[in-house]
Amino acid sequence: MKTKDISVIVNGEEVRASVPVRRNLVDFLRTDAGLTGSHVGCEHGVCGACTVEVNGATVRGCLMLAVQADGATVTTVEGFAASGRSAALAAAFTRRNALQCGFCTPGMLASALGYIDRGGTADRAAIREHISGNYCRCTGYQSIVEAICDVIEERTAP
Amino acid sequence: MTGPATIFDRPNRYIGQPTPRADAARLLAGRGRFVDDIQLPRMVHAAFHRSPHAHARIVSVDVTAARAASGVLGVWTGAEMAALVTPYVGVLTHMAGLRSAPQHPLAVDVARWQGEPLVMIVARSRAEAEDAAELVEVDYEELPPACDATTALAKDAAVIHADFGSNLAWERKVDVGDIDAAFAQPGVQIVEREFRFGRHTGVTLESRGTVCEFDPSEGCLTMHYSGQAPHMMQVILSRLMSLPEENVRVISNDVGGSFGIKIHTYGDELAAAVAARALGRPVKFVADRMESFLTDIHARDHVVKARMGVTASGTIVGIDMHDLTGIGPFSMYPRTSAIECNQVLNLTGAPYTMQHYRAHGQVVFQNKNLMCQYRAVGHPIAMAVADGLLEDAARVIGMDPVELRRRNLMADDSYPRSSTAGMKLDDLSHQAALKKLCEIMDYDGLRAEQARLREQGIFRGIGFVSMVEVTNPSPMFYGIGGAPIASQDGATVRLDAGGALHVSSSITEQGQGTNGILAQIAAGVFGVDIDRVKVTTGDTGTVPYGGGTWASRGAGIGGEAMLLAAQALKEQVLDVAAVMLQSEPGLLDIRGGAVVDAATGAERMGLADLARTVYYRGNELPSDLKPELIATRHYRVTDFPFVFTNGAMAAHVEVDPETGFVKVLHFWAVEDCGRVINPMLVDEQVRGGVVQGIGGALYEECLYSDDGQLLNATMADYMVPMAAEMPEITVAHIETPTKTSFLGAKGAGEAGTGGAPAAILNAVNDALQPMGATIWQMPMTPERILKVLGKV
Amino acid sequence: MKAADFDYLRPSSLAEALTCLSQNVGVAQPLAGGQSLMPMMNFRVATPEVLIDLADIPDLRGVTELDGMLRIGAMTTYRDLTRITDRVPLLGLALPHIAHDAIRNRGTIGGSVALADPAAEMPALLLALGGVIELAGPDGQREVAADDFFQGYYATDRAEDELIVAIRLAVAKPGDSFGFYELTQRHGDYALAGVAIAHAPDLRIAFFGISDRPIRLPELEAALTAGTDPGPALDQIEFEGDLKASAATRRHYARVVLDRALAGMTS
Repeated sequence: MKTKDISVIVNGEEVRASVPVRRNLVDFLRTDAGLTGSHVGCEHGVCGACTVEVNGATVRGCLMLAVQADGATVTTVEGFAASGRSAALAAAFTRRNALQCGFCTPGMLASALGYIDRGGTADRAAIREHISGNYCRCTGYQSIVEAICDVIEERTAP
Repeated sequence: MTGPATIFDRPNRYIGQPTPRADAARLLAGRGRFVDDIQLPRMVHAAFHRSPHAHARIVSVDVTAARAASGVLGVWTGAEMAALVTPYVGVLTHMAGLRSAPQHPLAVDVARWQGEPLVMIVARSRAEAEDAAELVEVDYEELPPACDATTALAKDAAVIHADFGSNLAWERKVDVGDIDAAFAQPGVQIVEREFRFGRHTGVTLESRGTVCEFDPSEGCLTMHYSGQAPHMMQVILSRLMSLPEENVRVISNDVGGSFGIKIHTYGDELAAAVAARALGRPVKFVADRMESFLTDIHARDHVVKARMGVTASGTIVGIDMHDLTGIGPFSMYPRTSAIECNQVLNLTGAPYTMQHYRAHGQVVFQNKNLMCQYRAVGHPIAMAVADGLLEDAARVIGMDPVELRRRNLMADDSYPRSSTAGMKLDDLSHQAALKKLCEIMDYDGLRAEQARLREQGIFRGIGFVSMVEVTNPSPMFYGIGGAPIASQDGATVRLDAGGALHVSSSITEQGQGTNGILAQIAAGVFGVDIDRVKVTTGDTGTVPYGGGTWASRGAGIGGEAMLLAAQALKEQVLDVAAVMLQSEPGLLDIRGGAVVDAATGAERMGLADLARTVYYRGNELPSDLKPELIATRHYRVTDFPFVFTNGAMAAHVEVDPETGFVKVLHFWAVEDCGRVINPMLVDEQVRGGVVQGIGGALYEECLYSDDGQLLNATMADYMVPMAAEMPEITVAHIETPTKTSFLGAKGAGEAGTGGAPAAILNAVNDALQPMGATIWQMPMTPERILKVLGKV
Repeated sequence: MKAADFDYLRPSSLAEALTCLSQNVGVAQPLAGGQSLMPMMNFRVATPEVLIDLADIPDLRGVTELDGMLRIGAMTTYRDLTRITDRVPLLGLALPHIAHDAIRNRGTIGGSVALADPAAEMPALLLALGGVIELAGPDGQREVAADDFFQGYYATDRAEDELIVAIRLAVAKPGDSFGFYELTQRHGDYALAGVAIAHAPDLRIAFFGISDRPIRLPELEAALTAGTDPGPALDQIEFEGDLKASAATRRHYARVVLDRALAGMTS
């Protein structure tokens, strides 16, 4: 197996590892960095469970190689929680019961942050469209939409 | 003394409240504990060579190159694995006549569906295991497959199990009244349709998986299992691997969705356990998405020919139907694959007072993946057939479909009674649910809008379903037939020294909020704040014995057990308190974490004081006092085979006649799941169920080629519902508690999935009516709608 | 579902990349955004022995404008393309239909054009806009009109030892108008049928998702320009069917998306 040494800033901490070049980013995060919050759902970029932030933009962790993240800054659900970036969303998700099994939740939070932090409005249809790349089999999506709306409305309240 | 009858009005009242789940915080912080998150020292990884053919003789298997591949630690062929595992057969004695063939974890002589595992490779990493799997060389002799259920019984069909002489696995006939005579009565009009229900599957976002570890020094196997029934798996592993039951521990931590998918015996998971024993080191197998599509049980796959007779005044006289369902090459172990057809026969028309019912169900083998119990087993078929025919009949006799329902639904004061098919029913509210549904959806307003829009060439439709849902199964469901599946559940409540409760239960958590409602019940019944309750579920090593969470039984059975245990502990604690306080138990109560004077509410003693005295300073207690600060209770349903719930649902859709696209504009569900323990959890359960039902109605289908190749085994090709297309779903409740328990909870987990397809079908046909078209095949894809419209 | 092993190369210049490519013809695969290639590798449908990551090549980046043309580096992501939708309004119409935010953050215009998925938006958009594809190979650079570039299912005029360097598109002029319509059952899916239209000032119409490649028919454009029935021109298309829609359904859809796109042209 071919390997390569990489260094990635994950949730503010440098992670150095010698990784198989074929290892994708989410597997690197889960196995090499020990951060199992990002989930593997389909490994072909459809379900969104592995969505993380790389250099400030949400990406699919299964559609990027770990070696491509060499030198990059990656933030996962654990990082969002530790920094407080996802605190308002987490509170709203809890209040609205916007998660059941919780497997989609880390990716859903990453996508929701991608929407909110880029100035997304509390427009239910727009929110639904934005999270339409994140599969949830448990909820009917409605509670997730409501939770995201809540956070945007809280932020924009006078 | 506070008896169970008054527990719902106590100060620490959580039952009925939208209390947030304690688990949410962990899951939102990325601290879930799913099977694939487990990393153990020396852990290795499994992958499989799987049959590329739907039906083929295995002439030879060469694993020489695979064994020699980099990182490989073990390779097992089907024959090698069969020598280590007792074969298993998916039959139950109460499903008379059901037959299936012995199964092995890995196919031995013949592969019978595309994706069936043949060879297991265990390697240092999953990637290396997959590399080696590609090196397995199998010489297959392709056999003619029997894939299409509709031709599986034909004389010239390939017979999958030669000993059986045909592909018939099971059949059952129900004949109540005299349907031929009833349909021949003057004035009875007959509607007749052929319904087709595509195969679909659960697509749990967390795929099936296990980490198995074996300690040879103690001869103990531990299986970390993403599933719904740990005790069932414990028995199965014990039986099939010849291990003492007590030497098998099954642990289900967080489970990323299940929906019935993860409640069966899968050869690849068994093989992982065998490999862990053989290698003496932990083995992880997590199905990838393609393996999930190929091997997670599928569901539905029915062709139903059905007739309904109705009089001009709107009396449904009966239903006559034939249900044919294909279940793959084996009946799944241990629950069997005949249950869905059985449910269809039991449930079709169950809300209605019709006098005559004849049904013939046939279950056939075929060379496709196995079919078994997925959320709302049989319900979507039964509901779509009965309510599809009902709305068809309404069109024929020119009666509003709601009015036709009103005239035929059982009266709310007519229980207990039996359904036409013989199901014992009690505590249902069909009429009230339908009335409430029409109110919350503004039915009259929608009809007026529909008429207005039709003039503008906009085709909207409104469709209904009145439904029953089977919940809280008794021992009559599986146990009676010999399955190692508990119908009772247990709960333990322990008062710890700090005054907190530690509770455990044999029901499991797959996201429904099981742990949350257990805490609500325990806190409320016992009398502590909910944040002082810790919950353990899913570990056969620590929880009471029981069935797990399936068939919408968790709240109704496991919840009742928790109620009884909490009540019992409370009485035990008050007995102790009465001695310590020189009072009488009947004059005391527990509220807010303290023993109080029942009449005044004045605090007499904190629970921590009481518990610390008992645990640390027993010398202060009279020597004849034997305090027990732990209580365990079990519960099963006794007087009914199942408890039934009911609901009424409606869909509002718009059909684009140019594209065949269906947009679901809104969906309403009125559910009567008995006592609602947590409305927030129930509502989102219903919504999630509705969305799965919409999936089955409009999007989801496992598409096979004629020779049994699954053509859409990716999430790009198999279409699950996503947020952008799903409607807002309004949920409302009627609460008719079941009299079978103090708690009165029935179950709510499957109603949406069971009912939504019928409502969507009826709504689409209502929209199509002005164009003279109807559709009776699900999923109702754009192309199928264009075809019935004559556009392609 | 783990990718087969490969050698990973990450050249830092176009010349170096071309050398990597020419030394590994037949076994190498350039990696752009990876949003289509990575799934294929994870499924082991694509098993390149050598993967050449184009991420570090300055010549493939950036957008420049000259003489009414935009030159868009091949590695420009969909996300970055949103910054030039005022210059190329058809991009603004098409981009929201491409997959989802996380995919658009990585997926590149060059990768999409090189892959030539017949149901993808970008190839059709290039056809409608009369785009030009700049290629570099061992023998230097060349350019190909979009009209000549797409040759069938995942087949293009790009030679195995060539790389797409940039895409050139005309900047919209006052009075130009554009239309776009796409049918998908779920937002972000590949199209069951779609069409991109530019009226700038000539009418150019490109379908996607209906055949083995993006389809542009001069006869159709002529019929519509002349105000005659476009039906006979549409009948010339060799429609392709798949799991989601038969060829007959796509024939029907072609007319639907055309009519709807024409009805919704920007002004």
